[in-house]
Amino acid sequence: MFEHIDPNQIQLTSEGELKHFITVEGLSRELLTEIMDTADSFVDMGAKQVKKVPLLRGKTVVNLFFEASTRTLSTFELAAKRLSADVLNLNISTSSTSKGETLKDTLMTLHAMQSDMFVVRHSSSGAAHFIAEHVTPDVAVINAGDGRHAHPTQAMLDMLTIRRHKGDFTNLTVAIVGDILHSRVARSQIHALRTLGAAEIRVIAPKTLLPRHIEALGVKVYTDMQQGLHDVDVIMMLRLQKERMSSALLPSESEFYKLYGLTADKLALAKPDAVVMHPGPINRGVEIASSVADGDRSLILDQVTNGIAVRMAVMSMAMSGQTKCRMETAESFETRL
Amino acid sequence: MSSSSLNVEALLKKMEQDLKALLTSTEREDPLMIGIHTGGVWLAERLHKALNLESPMGVLDISFHRDDFNHSGLSLCGQSSQLPVTEGRHILLVDDVVMSGRTIRAALNELFDYGRPASVTLITLLDLQRRELPIQADVTGGTLALGPDQQIKLIGPEPLELEIRQK
Repeated sequence: MFEHIDPNQIQLTSEGELKHFITVEGLSRELLTEIMDTADSFVDMGAKQVKKVPLLRGKTVVNLFFEASTRTLSTFELAAKRLSADVLNLNISTSSTSKGETLKDTLMTLHAMQSDMFVVRHSSSGAAHFIAEHVTPDVAVINAGDGRHAHPTQAMLDMLTIRRHKGDFTNLTVAIVGDILHSRVARSQIHALRTLGAAEIRVIAPKTLLPRHIEALGVKVYTDMQQGLHDVDVIMMLRLQKERMSSALLPSESEFYKLYGLTADKLALAKPDAVVMHPGPINRGVEIASSVADGDRSLILDQVTNGIAVRMAVMSMAMSGQTKCRMETAESFETRL
Repeated sequence: MSSSSLNVEALLKKMEQDLKALLTSTEREDPLMIGIHTGGVWLAERLHKALNLESPMGVLDISFHRDDFNHSGLSLCGQSSQLPVTEGRHILLVDDVVMSGRTIRAALNELFDYGRPASVTLITLLDLQRRELPIQADVTGGTLALGPDQQIKLIGPEPLELEIRQK
């Protein structure tokens, strides 16, 4: 299906530090832990009157969104601003590409404006990787979601939320429920959970919303929600991605809710201290009942808060690695002279 | 000062006396002691106890405020800042050494993000001179001139010892 490429060749420096953040696949447990540790410090920053640190002062961050998004864009924007960066939001779908400019020309133009970081969201899998590898290798690229491939910052904010509530991953049974087929979030979550050593990962979905060979990722597949939720510690709901559904994959939303919607009754099958997560935006009465979404086991709003902290962590770590790379290049250039 | 006289306990004793005298003369009531990670925290804990201060002490981590991010990148010390309300308080800022003054500048910047303190007093175990910024300690255990290839490190928390290393 895809040609296998080692993402770490591009997203890590020779010292093993982050310089782009394209996917969690292949990153070590140590690095994922470092991202969460750094993010933890940024969550604690909420106690300050001035919720800002000067790490990215004087740097320019461009949010390049080729696909509509409100939540991800606004949390990336806020994360960059809390790091003191200058932020430019570009909604490419409505700008120069409609005047006929190619992606490469758009990027070279932004590069000429001395941008230091691109946060990229695109409907095609591999877009962020392509930009980091071919177009602007000296600009840090953060993947904010590419097609069905990956949404690494979402996965990491989910991991941080789990760690802040459960402490450790090794005893956890985690269920991912819903539209697995179209979900880059699910893919990134599965990679992160496996790397962090979760005891058991389950996916629960109707057959039409399960990718083929999903078992190869090391998950247990359930098509029955009742069986799948039995004794789990964490329930991660997914949004039904209606905009990506080109054919009739579901009989109806109400049918889906009946079988796979998270209601209080179904939640009762999980462990008594099980927590509920959802990447948002939530469709009440389609994936999740209002009583569960607003209930005391729901961590949906914690996820939003943690999302800003994780994005700050990834942005500062990538900028740190990128800066070191630039200095090495400059030094080797001087030596050649 | 020769390296043989680097007795942390003796230096702490002098700091304690000087700080007591300073607090009396300035008539600053209920000061808030804050240690800078990690050596400053160990010293602040000792001074806090010795002076019998009422308010619990705070901890400051300056990783996100360092001025060398563009050279050395991000380095976390593993524990984030834990500060009580600082607005309008008399702060006693404690660190192990003051050398270039850059750490203290970063600490002051971070401190002001938590609120506007009434005053900040700087207390260090050693003054290593070689200042690069106009920052001075108000109370210091002693002054030490290191050779260009020498480094000093506070080992702790129990017992507290100073170790001079060759680079």
